Amino acid sequence: MVTPHAAGQPVLELKGIGKEFGAIRALHGVDLCIFPGEVVGLMGDNGAGKSTLVKIIAGNFPPSHGEIRFDGQAVHFARPIDARAVGIEVVYQDLALADNLTAAANVFLGRELKRKFGPLAFLDHKAMAARALELFGELRSETRPHDLVKQMSGGQRQAVAIARTRLSNAKLVMMDEPTAAISVRQVEQVLGLIHRLKEQGVAVMLISHRMPDVFAVCDRVVVMRRGEKRADKEIGDTSPEEVTSLITGAKEAA
Amino acid sequence: MATPLESPISFSNVGRAKWWQSGFFASQTSYVLLALVALFVVMNFASPYFFTEGNLQNVAKNFSFIAIATLGVTLVIITAGIDLSVGSMMCFSAMITSMVMTHISTPGLPGAEWFVHLAADGKTVIANVPGLILVVSVLAGLGVALMVGLVNGFCIAVLGLSPFVTTLGMLSIVRGLGYVVSNGRGSFPSGPDADYFYALTSGVVFGMPAPFIYLVVLAVAMAVVLHHTSFGRYVFAIGGNEKAAALTGVPVVRVKIEVYVICALAAGLQGIIVSGWLGSAPANMATSYELNVIAAAVIGGANLAGGVGGPLGAIVGCVLLEVIRNGLVLAQVNSYWQQALVGVIIIVAVLVDRIRSRMA
Repeated sequence: MVTPHAAGQPVLELKGIGKEFGAIRALHGVDLCIFPGEVVGLMGDNGAGKSTLVKIIAGNFPPSHGEIRFDGQAVHFARPIDARAVGIEVVYQDLALADNLTAAANVFLGRELKRKFGPLAFLDHKAMAARALELFGELRSETRPHDLVKQMSGGQRQAVAIARTRLSNAKLVMMDEPTAAISVRQVEQVLGLIHRLKEQGVAVMLISHRMPDVFAVCDRVVVMRRGEKRADKEIGDTSPEEVTSLITGAKEAA
Repeated sequence: MATPLESPISFSNVGRAKWWQSGFFASQTSYVLLALVALFVVMNFASPYFFTEGNLQNVAKNFSFIAIATLGVTLVIITAGIDLSVGSMMCFSAMITSMVMTHISTPGLPGAEWFVHLAADGKTVIANVPGLILVVSVLAGLGVALMVGLVNGFCIAVLGLSPFVTTLGMLSIVRGLGYVVSNGRGSFPSGPDADYFYALTSGVVFGMPAPFIYLVVLAVAMAVVLHHTSFGRYVFAIGGNEKAAALTGVPVVRVKIEVYVICALAAGLQGIIVSGWLGSAPANMATSYELNVIAAAVIGGANLAGGVGGPLGAIVGCVLLEVIRNGLVLAQVNSYWQQALVGVIIIVAVLVDRIRSRMA
């Protein structure tokens, strides 16, 4: 496999990102590059600045300092929809699914396919189901478009949430703790889904506390502590022990 | 992927849900509909009068008098909201409609010259344009409903107040305004267009009461909107998981305001229709109707926690309430039992749904 770094231009480039909330400095001087088809693990203890960083990239709020470049262009996001428009998708920890709707309805929520009859626009159920099934097929998840999400397993739900990101052909998918609350078999499935995204040239940022998962799928691991990036290493050059000591602060930086 | 539904996926571990475990058959509405059919059969044996044309017309008319408002409330309940102001709204819209109609039909009052003039005999009032008075007064009644709905929606969706408290306040505000504008006196639809008004609200078309026809048309429209437009999809999504809906780009604020406006309009229309049947709009009209309306919606399967409900359920709930009332009268049971029985049915309907979802 080609090493992603050789692939040239990074899909996402952060330069000196900082964020203050009043007197609290949540992030300071974070530089980070993510390349197409690369899976980067973002690790750190609670309060290390992971979710602040993710929220800045996802457009929930702007950084106080620094610059975000996406596909080589400087970008400024006022709202999450702006980030989505350029190709950044987030899979939230609670998955942001409406339980009472079908898998297909959730995948297309907010971007329904419609057919126009004069001035009226009606949902195109058939086209949405077909496209959703295609996406589940790509993700190799056994999920029926017409099943209700509330009847699904954790892995299937994850597949629905990830299929949603595939709809727009996102270039960067950030996943917040996708393996935190599901069974061992389903963790396998989710890691499989991440591999599928990678195969299709999508950059993935995996925010996780689970060391084995990060070491199973990531090409690179970034460790945050006290609002700063303390390490950014190829997965082959580090070890779970080293990452743990970086997270806890036993080792200051690497 | 020419035939995508032939599916790139083979389902080895994930079975297909049985037909009775999914869709309509798994809903509370279907159970209540079953109960309703059973009730019809029982009534058929209990009283020879039940299946007479006159009685069925009566039943159809009576449940139509709360069913249109129930459609509106059902929509609100699907978004996990509630609207307690429907009873007051019914009264206020009816009152405004008949007051406006009376006002602009009285020659000499300001503005009335646009709508009516006196005939040569100096007594008979003649409309300038037949039907215009009716249209204007009904629009006035619906206009105040629109404004109340906008205020409800603004307070709930934009200011973030709780639907229960907001609409409880609105219940009182609107009822109070009704007393203010009428001074506590009832008003009557009158003037040259009053006959049209009565024909449209309490007339009979093709052997069916006019309100029943409006109800069917509105219910079909609501079913189409709920299941085949993105607005309907957003209504369900907001009820299922409002935060998720917002994160995925659903215009939550706009949809919630629209839902409360539609509910208020439905209540207003319902009130106008009821006043046509009563022949007047008394200031205490439809007092505590909000409870009947919400009860009917809940019995029909609308879930107060949000995300579930539909027009068929709303109608089935209303029919069930009315058939029970009607049945108790025919069976010569003390009519005070009705209210107690309605309470029992609400609880049983929700209980059956609870047991069913535990078993699934």
